[in-house]
Amino acid sequence: MPFDYRRAPDPESAVAAATGWAGVAFLAGGTNLVDHLKLGLTSPEVLVDITGLPLDEVEELPDGGLRIGATVRNADLAAHPVVRRDYPVLARALLSGASGQIRNLATTGGNLLQRTRCVYFQDLTTPCNKREPGTGCSAIGGYTRHHAILGASAHCVATHPSDMAVAMAALDAQVAVLGTGGRRVVPLVELHRLPGDEPHRDTVLAPSDLITSVDLPPLPPGTRSLYRKVRDRASFAFALVSVAAVLRVEDGVVEDVRIALGGVAHKPWRARRAEDVLRREPADEEAFRRAIDAELAGAAPLEGNGFKVPLTRNAVVSALRELSREQR
Amino acid sequence: MDGDIELRVDGRRRRLRVDTRTTLLDALRDGVGATAPKKGCDHGQCGACTVLLDGRRVITCLALAVAHDGAEVVTAAGLARGDRLHPVQEAFLERDALQCGFCTPGQVCSAVGVLDEVAAGHPSAVTADLTGPVELTDDEIRERMSGNLCRCGAYVTIVDAVRDGAR
Ligand SMILES: Cc1cc2nc3c(=O)[nH]c(=O)nc-3n(C[C@H](O)[C@H](O)[C@H](O)COP(=O)(O)OP(=O)(O)OC[C@H]3O[C@@H](n4cnc5c(N)ncnc54)[C@H](O)[C@@H]3O)c2cc1C
Ligand code: SF4
Ligand code: FES
Ligand code: FES
Repeated sequence: MPFDYRRAPDPESAVAAATGWAGVAFLAGGTNLVDHLKLGLTSPEVLVDITGLPLDEVEELPDGGLRIGATVRNADLAAHPVVRRDYPVLARALLSGASGQIRNLATTGGNLLQRTRCVYFQDLTTPCNKREPGTGCSAIGGYTRHHAILGASAHCVATHPSDMAVAMAALDAQVAVLGTGGRRVVPLVELHRLPGDEPHRDTVLAPSDLITSVDLPPLPPGTRSLYRKVRDRASFAFALVSVAAVLRVEDGVVEDVRIALGGVAHKPWRARRAEDVLRREPADEEAFRRAIDAELAGAAPLEGNGFKVPLTRNAVVSALRELSREQR
Repeated sequence: MDGDIELRVDGRRRRLRVDTRTTLLDALRDGVGATAPKKGCDHGQCGACTVLLDGRRVITCLALAVAHDGAEVVTAAGLARGDRLHPVQEAFLERDALQCGFCTPGQVCSAVGVLDEVAAGHPSAVTADLTGPVELTDDEIRERMSGNLCRCGAYVTIVDAVRDGAR
């Protein structure tokens, strides 16, 4: 379908340009949106190009945190000296995603809002509640290797494909949004939704809501973090399971722990139950196992992805073991 | 709906009118006649369409032409200086780093981008120390070139060529 193309000089006019249309999309790097235009998954009347907006800076905040502009390219964010030094979990998550020549185009905002790689969602010839509400879910009873084991519904079992978002979930990132009603801040862990009975809604955003930046709070001194991604080939593949872990151990005791999981749910999955079990416990393997087992007690694997339960357990334990070893 | 854009392609200024749906790849190949970048998958998955866009390696099959008005594009055909091939191109020839050659223009542009990224000290997923200098090991080359598939499986000599191209 043909569409109108507009460029916005500032965030306010981008939102204004996107308001009042039935079908509208912001264009950033295009690496997901243009793919979907070609596949016929979406057919907006208007594209509002936001790559010219002054949102392409990474800024150090007075409190020691970091503000990441929505149009900062994934490659530039991963190469940023402060991200490499203070937020290795984020640098590693970015570097494990897509390819070098995609990361040079992909942006912060676009990465967060990329849509599921569920093969049925991407295939117009199959029923899919996310693409066409009410038509049914082809994955249930079908090919589910890449689908969810946590928080899914009878309407959709898709997973969110982003690596970057998983790291940001573990970092307690805050997303700044500009909408027709003004500015607001959405915690990253509340940006994406669980499918419930409205799987066509990936996030809490309205079509004319523009992500302007993502803030990372500072990490206390002594905090370590890492990203571990398990996939079907060593590079250029989406995660089967991934773990973003942030840990601070003092005198052998867990003082702070934050765990987010990728590849297991419709959103970056913050493992709060595991974190609750671990806090103030000895930083040892027995506690790590107990913690992730508490989280995975709620897992509901499908026919084709039962392997994700032990895979997640092992990936989390090994990530925490590595982080605790670094800070004895 | 159409848009007018101007591109600098391999050193030459080109003005063209494109449908807003046209990808940068189609604009280059069909509009400008720059056929070095190839259409392999058309979905970002193979790297055959890789060029240097304003100096950085990018895929062109998922970029819209209208969004890149004013851009400077260098394809594999524009890397040579007169009769002198780019060192990466020389290395691909020396090392026999191709069979059918379909993926080669993308591989070469990607390799040039990789060498710049390494020179700038940018880490990759396999770099052990995120804050230290980068050493161009074979593991680094394989990881950094993973966005370029080769249907003929010339990977072993491609790694050799990228290593040589760095000298
Ligand atoms: C072959 C391939 C492999 C990949 N592998 C991985 C992988 O391993 N891991 C991974 O994490 N990702 C992977 N990706 C996905 C890639 O990371 C995303 O396509 C990319 O991050 C999207 O960013 P973009 O700027 O190109 O977004 P676009 O395609 O421009 O936009 C995506 C969506 O976000 C919306 N949008 C963009 N910016 C904003 C904003 N500021 N505010 C509101 N809405 C906005 C757009 O309207 C659109 O709906 C892969 C992609 C490809 C093609
Ligand atoms: S899992 Fe979700 S996205 Fe995939 S077919 Fe079912 S409804 Fe569609
Ligand atoms: S044609 Fe662009 S990546 Fe395959
Ligand atoms: S040489 Fe034939 S595809 Fe690479």
